[in-house]
Amino acid sequence: MAQRFDLVVLGGGPGGYVAAIRAAQLGMKTALVEREHLGGICLNWGCIPTKALLRSAELYEQMRRARDFGVVVEGVRADLAAMVARSRRVAARLARGVGHLMKKNGITVVTGHGRLAGAGAVRVTLADGGETVLEAGHVILATGARARALPGLEADGRLVWTYRHALVAEAVPESLLVVGSGAIGMEFASFFADLGSRVTVVEVLERVLPAEDEEVSDFVRRAFERRGIRIHTATTVRTLTRGEDGVEAVLEGPEGERRERFARAILAVGIVGNVEDIGLETVSVRVEKGHIVTDPFGRTDTEGVWAIGDVAGPPWLAHKASHEGIACVEAIAGREPHPPDPRRIPACTYCRPQVASVGLGEAAARAAGHEVRVGRFPLSANGKALALGDTEGFVKTVFDARTGELLGAHMVGPEVTEMIQGFAVAQRLESTEVELMETVFPHPTVSEAMHEAVLDAFDRVIHF
Amino acid sequence: MATLLSMPALSPTMSEGTIARWVKREGDRVEPGEVIAEIETDKATVEFEAVDEGVLGRILVPEGASAKVGEPIAVLLEEGEDASAVETVLAGARTAAAATPEAVAEAAAGDSGGASAAPATAPAADDTPSGPAAPAARAEGGRIFATPLARRMAREAGLDLATIRGTGPHGRITRADVERAITEARRPAAPAAPAPAPAPAVAAPAEVPDWLFQPIPGTEYEEVPLSNMRRTIARRLSEAKRFVPHFYLTVDCTLDRLLALRRELNGRLEEAERISLNDFVIKAAALAIRRVPDVNASFGGDRIYRYRTVDISVAVAVPGGLVTPVVRRADEKGLATIAREMKDYAARARAGRLRPEEYTGGGFSISNLGMYGIREFAAVLNPPQACILAVGAAEQRPVVRDDEIRIETRMTVTLSVDHRVVDGALGAEFLRAFRAIVEDPLQLLL
Repeated sequence: MAQRFDLVVLGGGPGGYVAAIRAAQLGMKTALVEREHLGGICLNWGCIPTKALLRSAELYEQMRRARDFGVVVEGVRADLAAMVARSRRVAARLARGVGHLMKKNGITVVTGHGRLAGAGAVRVTLADGGETVLEAGHVILATGARARALPGLEADGRLVWTYRHALVAEAVPESLLVVGSGAIGMEFASFFADLGSRVTVVEVLERVLPAEDEEVSDFVRRAFERRGIRIHTATTVRTLTRGEDGVEAVLEGPEGERRERFARAILAVGIVGNVEDIGLETVSVRVEKGHIVTDPFGRTDTEGVWAIGDVAGPPWLAHKASHEGIACVEAIAGREPHPPDPRRIPACTYCRPQVASVGLGEAAARAAGHEVRVGRFPLSANGKALALGDTEGFVKTVFDARTGELLGAHMVGPEVTEMIQGFAVAQRLESTEVELMETVFPHPTVSEAMHEAVLDAFDRVIHF
Repeated sequence: MATLLSMPALSPTMSEGTIARWVKREGDRVEPGEVIAEIETDKATVEFEAVDEGVLGRILVPEGASAKVGEPIAVLLEEGEDASAVETVLAGARTAAAATPEAVAEAAAGDSGGASAAPATAPAADDTPSGPAAPAARAEGGRIFATPLARRMAREAGLDLATIRGTGPHGRITRADVERAITEARRPAAPAAPAPAPAPAVAAPAEVPDWLFQPIPGTEYEEVPLSNMRRTIARRLSEAKRFVPHFYLTVDCTLDRLLALRRELNGRLEEAERISLNDFVIKAAALAIRRVPDVNASFGGDRIYRYRTVDISVAVAVPGGLVTPVVRRADEKGLATIAREMKDYAARARAGRLRPEEYTGGGFSISNLGMYGIREFAAVLNPPQACILAVGAAEQRPVVRDDEIRIETRMTVTLSVDHRVVDGALGAEFLRAFRAIVEDPLQLLL
């Protein structure tokens, strides 16, 4: 028997469940279809559990240099199983929280695999058997994405991992090959290196964290190399051969081809949208490069069918999915929302040192035709960073020389991921350098480096 | 759905417009960007373009009639809608006009209280408005809400924020709004009835050779971006020199009587009310125009526009350029009024606070460099005006009069003239009238 709703959301990740809550707030009768876990990859297998693991690694690393701070700790040892268990507990707790939110907002959660059955209907194969049809004037596809597999480099979960296997590793591999130096690759490289693995990162492009500003890439590469992580850029993995208890990789880079053995390998070469087996063939929706094509509000080519988040294309970020979900629902409700401006979506990488940025890098700004003013400030000149014993990092700002618009901000260092929103707010409010200069940053904080980087762009830096 | 087309605000000062011509007729299809009508504003005749596609269903304001900005002038139908939709939308407009805002709000609230068949209209009490709001993001106190970036961009583009529609939260003016306004401002409001091309040489400007824009080789320099004002000066004066055939007439005027009169008048006035020599020149030029009105004119291709009022643009130097505030009906104003107006203009011009309508629309210009000791100079015309009077310094000079050399205070003025409008004899006649007034200054008080 068909149930009737105003809106059905397919997928319970940070795009889908946030869209469902917003819809409920706007008075829509809403259903959410999720086949596995509320909270999606982000909450269960992505953002949150990795942060829990990285926190363990950070603590371990600090314990090992506790003596520098006058703290005597003996017998420090990493217990990977306990770390993984903790990260699973954190994820489970949050997922339960999402369930409560659904209940609180009166959203009907249907557990099962949903597929479009033409515009206006979703057929769900229920997890506990049977089938149901949900009808609605509007359906939002928020089915997310999964790790991209390269032909010949498929993960097997034992020797060759994706992020998902890496999250529940049973032992720290003696050596590890990380293929891909985006956020996911760099975070796992950092984590396993802290736990004692000999890590090698291979990146096909010219630099690590290729989406970041060039100086950030250079800085992080040097920081990783100081920790003993080996980095090969402009290098591809030609073959990956599984052995008894390890893999043999053939790497081809600027210095030619070579063969190397690793205990384990992690594939982190991007993701592709989950566009298969969701009933797209029953409607007319365009799929390009593995993602559904939409307008800024999530409209597809079929009226009443919308798509948001990872399945609708990069950047693959939870906060981007949530914002798209809200803008999409408001558009459905006939409001006139402001869709998220792709240039103003912050990106964070939680490796050691942390990386956070928003807006354009220097080269990208120049390429876009801006005449720029660039400011930099090293954390080695920041009092709070010195007190923390963590001065590895810097802040860089990129302004339009003509209008004073903050085009981009780039940070490396302790908790910069917690600070980037300051620049994001400034950008959203369309601040110029004047407002940023006139803003009082508290002392002593690492955030003062943000202020100084603004001042530096206009040759007014104080402490450097 | 059928929509009403309203009289657009085609210039900052426009309050109503006249339909010069309906380019589209009832029943015609219109595409976005197509000209629907030609509308006369206070400044020019401007083409009114369609924003949406549809069919022109009903013309509400006939050719030659006027409507206030915002009043409906036509009904646009969607493809496939029939004429009954015209009545529906007109009835809706009448109801909305009749109902008080409160009544409308109540009606809306009552509607949504019913079954939730249409989630799209369900209002949420906690919500902040996020859609575009009223034209100017102006709060009750008169404050305009605009982002810092929008403010700066508008200032640099010389745009008044009050004329820009904000689409940000609560109607805040954002960068995108200013960028849109800049684009619109750049699009010239083309006169609707294009004048037959005066001459091919005028119609087809050749490319300016690139080397004209290169720095001198082997020099060190810094680059200074052009302000909007400099851009305008550069463009307009290049066009004036290039397209307008100038010639120049120079005459000396004896000022002793005028200066004596000025001393006497200023002796009775407070410091702040004193009348400058330039104020006398403005008034004298205005009276001379009244006697020789043909110089107060513009060239129109196949016609000449002769202005009915004597409005004089006065060049005022400001940081980074100059502006020309207009003393309107200067022939009807007393010296004290002109002096007061010019003091106010000059102060506000230097502060960048003149309103666009204050520096547009004059028919004749005066440029005075006498205070810098310049004896005489020839000014570039300020098109479409046909004349500009360049005023030099008042200085004692030996003058031969009645076979004797005497010392008199003299001032040299040069009239630059558009020969297409003003011939030599006409220009000379104007200068003779001007000199006669200056040399017999009691006429200025009549």
